[in-house]
Amino acid sequence: MVEMSHHSELTVAKRNKRTAIGGLLLAVAMAGVAYASVPLYQLFCQATGFGGTTQTATDNPKGLIARQMKVRFDSNVSNELSWKVQPARPVTDQIGAVDTVNFVATNYSDKAVTGHAIFNVSPERAGVYFNKIECFCFIEQTLQPGETVEMPIVFFIDPDLDDNQELDTIKEITLSYTFYASNNERS
Amino acid sequence: MTDTAHLEAHATGHDSAHDYHTPTGWRRWVYSTNHKDIGVMYLWFAVFTGIIGGLLSGVMRMELQEPGIQIFRGLADMIYGVDGNVALDAGKHMYNVFTSAHALIMVFFVVMPATMGGFANYFAPLMIGAPDTAFPRINNIAFWLLPPAFILLLMSLFFEGTGPGALGFGGGWTIYPPLSTTGHPGPAMDFAILSLHVAGVSSVLGAINLITTIFNMRAPGMTLHKMPLFAWSVLVTAFLLLLALPVLAGAITMLLTDRNFGTAFFKPSEGGDPVLFQHLFWFFGHPEVYIMILPGFGIVSHIVSTFSRKPIFGYMAMAYAMVAIGFVGFIVWAHHMYTTGLSLDVQRYFVAATMAIAVPTGVKIFSWIATMWGGSITFKSPMLWAVGFIFLFTVGGVTGVVLANAGADRALHDTYYVVAHFHYVLSLGAVFSIFAAWYYWYPKMFGYMYNETLAAAHFWIMFVGVNLIFFPQHFLGLAGMPRRYIDYPDAFGFFNRISSVGYYITFVAIAIFFYATWEAFKKKRSAGDSPWGDGATTLEWTLSSPPPFHQFTTLPKIDSTNAH
Repeated sequence: MVEMSHHSELTVAKRNKRTAIGGLLLAVAMAGVAYASVPLYQLFCQATGFGGTTQTATDNPKGLIARQMKVRFDSNVSNELSWKVQPARPVTDQIGAVDTVNFVATNYSDKAVTGHAIFNVSPERAGVYFNKIECFCFIEQTLQPGETVEMPIVFFIDPDLDDNQELDTIKEITLSYTFYASNNERS
Repeated sequence: MTDTAHLEAHATGHDSAHDYHTPTGWRRWVYSTNHKDIGVMYLWFAVFTGIIGGLLSGVMRMELQEPGIQIFRGLADMIYGVDGNVALDAGKHMYNVFTSAHALIMVFFVVMPATMGGFANYFAPLMIGAPDTAFPRINNIAFWLLPPAFILLLMSLFFEGTGPGALGFGGGWTIYPPLSTTGHPGPAMDFAILSLHVAGVSSVLGAINLITTIFNMRAPGMTLHKMPLFAWSVLVTAFLLLLALPVLAGAITMLLTDRNFGTAFFKPSEGGDPVLFQHLFWFFGHPEVYIMILPGFGIVSHIVSTFSRKPIFGYMAMAYAMVAIGFVGFIVWAHHMYTTGLSLDVQRYFVAATMAIAVPTGVKIFSWIATMWGGSITFKSPMLWAVGFIFLFTVGGVTGVVLANAGADRALHDTYYVVAHFHYVLSLGAVFSIFAAWYYWYPKMFGYMYNETLAAAHFWIMFVGVNLIFFPQHFLGLAGMPRRYIDYPDAFGFFNRISSVGYYITFVAIAIFFYATWEAFKKKRSAGDSPWGDGATTLEWTLSSPPPFHQFTTLPKIDSTNAH
C-alpha cells in the first residue's frame, strides 16, 4: 500500500510537469497569436477592404454601368510636415469610368522635405471597390523648398459595388489622404 | 460525498496537523508554499486594494454629485500646488486618472486576486481532495508578483502622463492608442504597462498551477464529472486566463515598443492601425469579464445548494454551461467595437454570437432557481448574498442583451448605460459572489463564526446602496450622458445625486463588513467543522475549521454516489 502510493506520487509529479509545460506552451502560443495577428490583420484588410483599405489595379475590365457616384477628396497634413495640400475637386461620373484628378502640394519650409501619405475611403465598405491605377501615395514624395507639385490619382470604381446591398444608398465616396513626414525627415 | 469518505478525510485531516514542521512568524507567509495561507494572503491583498479602488470611485462620485467641477480642482491644487485654470485642467486629467486606476485596480488587483487567487487557491484543492496545489512554489511566486505589480500601478499615478503637471495615465482601462501612445508621452503609461505585465505573469502562473492541480491531483474516485462546480468554474477560468492574458501581454508589449522603441503596430503614419489594438484588447477583454464572473458562478452554486439542502439542479448542464460560456466568450469580442466601422455582416455575426451567450447563462440562472425550488431554504447571510448575486447578475445580463444589439449599442456606446450594465454584472455580480464566498467560507477559513445580524445588515445596506448607485445610471445613459467625463449638463443632476447617495450608503455597508470581520476575530465564537449542516456536502466541510496546515495525507476516496 505504501509502495503503491509512493509509485503513484512519482507518476503524479511527472504528469504535473507535463500538464504545466502544456499550459505554458499554450500561453506562449497565445502571445504568438497576438503578434501573428498583425500581418494577418493587414492581409485581411487588403483582401476585404476592411477599414476603408483601397485596391490597386491596372485598368477596368468590367466597363461602365448607369449608376452615378460622386467622389470627394480630402487631405490632412501632420503638423510635423510643413506642407500645404490642396485636395482635388469632387468628381461625379458613371461607376466604372476611369478618372484622373490632381492634388496640389506645396512645401512651405526652407528645405527639401520628403513626405508620404496614408489614405482610406469612407464609407469603409466602399474601400474594396475603390481601385487606384496610379497614385502618388504609392511612393514617397520629395518637395524642394517652396516647390509646388501636382500629384495625380487615376482611379475607377468597380461596378460590382452596385451588387452590394449595404451600399445601395451610397451616392458619395470620400477618398481621404493624411500626409506625414517620412521617418528620416523628422527633426 | 459518502460517509466513508467523510470519516476517512476527517480523521486524516486532524492527524496530519502534527506530522509536519509548521513555519511561524513572517516566514510562514513570505516563504509560504501552503495553498491555504497563500489563498488567505490573496484575500487580504484584495481587501487592501479594494479599499483603494473603492475610495477612488468615492472621489469620483463626490465630484459627480453636482454639476460643475468641485472636488478635483481642489485636489489638483492640493497635490500639484497649481491654481486657477491650470488646476482646473489638472483636475480634469486627474478625474480621468482616477477612472482608469479604479478600473485597473478593481479588475486586476481586487476581483481576480479574490476569486482566482484567494478562494480558488484555498478551496479548489480542498474540494477535489488534494493535499496542496501541484506547484506550491509557483503559487508563492504568483502571489508575490502581485504586490510589486500593484506598486507599479500606484507609481504610475505619480509620474508624468499627458504632459507637465498632468500626472498618471487617464486613458481608461481599455488603454486605446493613440491616447495611450502619443497621447500620454510621459512614463506613467509605461509604469501601467509594466504593472499589467507583472500581474499577467502572476495570473498565468496561478492558472497553470490550478489547471495542473485539478487535472492531476483529484482524490481517487473523483472524476471530472463528480468534481464540485466551484472546481469546474476554476478550471474553466484558468483556461480563459491562459488563452486571454498572453494576448493582452502581446498587445501591451506592442504599445510599449510603439511608445519607446520606434515600432509602428498602431501608428497609422507608418502603416499601423489603432483599431488592431482594439481587436487584440477585446480578444482579451471579453474573456476577462468571464474570468471575473465564472468563479462566482461556482461559488453561488454551492451556496444555493447548501442553503436549499438539495443537490444542485442539473449538475452536468451547470458544468458544461460554464465551458460553453468560456468558449463562446472568445468569439464575441467585436461587440465592444460596433462603432469602429464593422461591415453589417460582421455586426450580424457578433450580435448573434453575443446573444447566444444568454443561453448557457440562462441555463445557470434557471438551475439555481430550480435548486431552490422545493428546497428547505434558510436565508443565512451567504444565501442572501447568493440570491442577491442571482438577481443583480440577471439585471446586468438583461442590459447586456440590449447592448448586444449593434443598432441599440450605437446609441448607447460609451454612455452610462454601459457603465450601469458592467457594474451590475461585475461590481454587483462578481463582488456579491466574493462576499457570498467570504461569509460562506469565513467559518471554515478562520474557524470563527461572524455575527449573523451584522452580516445580514452588510448585505441589505449594500444591496440598497449599490442599486441606488447603478440603477439610475441606466436612465442617465439612455438620456445620453457619456462616460469618462468630469462634468455634465444640469439636466443629468438628479440621477447623479441619487447615484452618489448610493455610494455613501455602500460605504456604510463596507464599514459594517470591516466591523463584522473584526468582531468575529475578537469574539472568537468557534464555528465547528461544518456550520451549515447537511446541505454542505463538499470535502472542505469534512476538515476542521480552520483546516489543518496539511490535509488529506491519506487521500479521501469518492465512491460512485453523487460527490458534488
